[in-house]
Amino acid sequence: MFTRIMVPVDLAHVNRLEKALTCAADLGKLYSIPVIYVGVTTALPSKLAHTPQEFRERLKEFAAEQARVAGIETGYFALETHDPAIDLDPALIRAASELEADLIVVASHIPNLMDYVWPSNGGTLAAHAKSSVLVVRI
Amino acid sequence: MTDETLGIPEPEGPTDLIDTDYEIGQDNVEGSVGPFGFDVHNPVFLISGLTIVAFVFYALVFQDQATEAFGALRPWLTSTFNWFFLTSANVFVLFCLALIVTPWGSVRLGGREATPDYTYVGWFAMLFAAGMGIGLMFFGVLEPVYHMAISEPLGVPSPFAEDGSIIEANVEAAKRMGLAATIYHWGLHPWAIYAIVALALALFSYNKGLPLTIRSAFYPIFGERVWGWTGHVIDILAVFATLFGLATSLGFGAQQANAGLEHVFGVPNNVEVQVVLITIITTIALISVLRGLDGGVKVLSEINMGLAALLLLFVLLVGPTMLILTDFVLGLFTYAQDLTALSNPFAREDTGYMNGWTAFYWAWWISWSPFVGMFIARVSRGRTVREFVTCVLIIPSLVCVLWMAVFGGVAIDQVLSDPAGSAVKAQVIDSYNPPISLFAMLEGLPLAGITSTLGIILVIVFFVTSSDSGSLVIDTITAGGKVDAPVPQRVFWCTFEGAVAIVLLLGGGLAALQAMVISTGLPFTIVLLLMCVAIAKGLASEPR
Repeated sequence: MFTRIMVPVDLAHVNRLEKALTCAADLGKLYSIPVIYVGVTTALPSKLAHTPQEFRERLKEFAAEQARVAGIETGYFALETHDPAIDLDPALIRAASELEADLIVVASHIPNLMDYVWPSNGGTLAAHAKSSVLVVRI
Repeated sequence: MTDETLGIPEPEGPTDLIDTDYEIGQDNVEGSVGPFGFDVHNPVFLISGLTIVAFVFYALVFQDQATEAFGALRPWLTSTFNWFFLTSANVFVLFCLALIVTPWGSVRLGGREATPDYTYVGWFAMLFAAGMGIGLMFFGVLEPVYHMAISEPLGVPSPFAEDGSIIEANVEAAKRMGLAATIYHWGLHPWAIYAIVALALALFSYNKGLPLTIRSAFYPIFGERVWGWTGHVIDILAVFATLFGLATSLGFGAQQANAGLEHVFGVPNNVEVQVVLITIITTIALISVLRGLDGGVKVLSEINMGLAALLLLFVLLVGPTMLILTDFVLGLFTYAQDLTALSNPFAREDTGYMNGWTAFYWAWWISWSPFVGMFIARVSRGRTVREFVTCVLIIPSLVCVLWMAVFGGVAIDQVLSDPAGSAVKAQVIDSYNPPISLFAMLEGLPLAGITSTLGIILVIVFFVTSSDSGSLVIDTITAGGKVDAPVPQRVFWCTFEGAVAIVLLLGGGLAALQAMVISTGLPFTIVLLLMCVAIAKGLASEPR
């Protein structure tokens, strides 16, 4: 049914992703397809890493850990943007297209009033990505 | 496991990362107020915000006292510490020039194999629009004419006699000095000030792995203490200078734009119109910050540069082109010739020019340097130190020289060729009406209605590009160096800045707080001198 699953991850808040990660891993197992974890960073030092290379290493370790825990095939994809607070959604849509992922599993908060002003990342992905999008409430 | 590494460029070469236990964002407080998420640095955000509110309150409630205290502070600072400002600025220029020629120049920001984030056009547009765009609009006509006729730099006498007649023997030297004395304020020195801050921040963030905040540049000097109160104070001072610098400029800018609108279209010149202008500028800046660095700030900066180039080209071609080009060369020559004399702080007799203009400018540029420097740092990854310093120091200086030669050259020509009929003479020499000076010059050229409208648009857009980049900078500092803090935070700072400007405009206190901002130039001069030491230490340990 699907060939590749993409899961956007914020490594600084992995605890909030638990349901989405489990869901993606289960689907990966069900269809025997790889799950690719996508992280977005900036060239500037961040809480997670001093450099983009270090960030990529972190993401690689995260993907390896998921493969070990869930027993699935995983991969990772690190993206760099100039202004991640704003560029996140277009970067993720671009990643899905470059990875040829036909299913995106994304964690998203419970909707609130502010979503009318700033649409959620999950909502924007569902509205604009070409692949199927499964939004999992955190 | 699948190895997907298409996103980030390949490893960007060795750098000398600083080994610190500090984790970016470790002092941050995360949470939400209703639907608004926040992620702010614990003491820096709160203390900066509260201090700003307290100072606005003080300036409003004790207006006379504040005006008196801060009003007297500015001349006292520039006359007492003129030697310190002038000497330090000279040190900054020499330090930058040394960086170009020493082997340190080959260190690349972001690692040996890093590639530039922005093209030259986008990069120049942004550093220009944030740094001094608005000043070019305001002072491009005013300063050359003023220095030629009134301030008499280095004792070069005015071409106007007491009775207003022209003294032919003084004309040539005064014309040249008018331009050279202006170029001095807009050339190497201010850009060296910006370059020092920008280079320090870029080096310690991209190559050393420290957060993008002002305090990071002091790691080689203060070590781990930089994450404590020493660093908090530096960052708070930077937020304070940036927000008040922007808010007071916004207030005065609205008055200038209003004066222009009145002059060109007869729009009433009152506080209501100015509040509307601030609201428009803040709204466009908000849209810009919401569209982000690439989709908003960069695009607006490029539009800005295009419009400014159009106006420059028009004045150059419609004005006396050959005369302007000759002025450009002669002005540059005089600048080179008199640079040492102009930058000498000791035994000067032209104290009006040296204290009132030069020392004031140096304090002003220095107080703006945390903001402009940090913004330049953010967009300069991938350049070598040599390329960075050359491009931040030499090229903008040349553009400023050209701008001053064109606008100032035409204005001086108008003043000298027809003193009685010159609107510039009436607005700058006979009376002192700075906001009108640009429009007075354009009046003497064809299609004045169109060019003046373009001038007003440029004034407004230049304010937008300062306001949006300033909001990003303040947001980053108050988020402890995080550039991915929740979006409502940058909206908060952008709106707060507009609100402070409106409150000060309605209640008074703009002048007092602007004088206070300039006074932050003094502690920041010390900060910048320390930054030179930090840069030298940082570059020495970098693999080349």
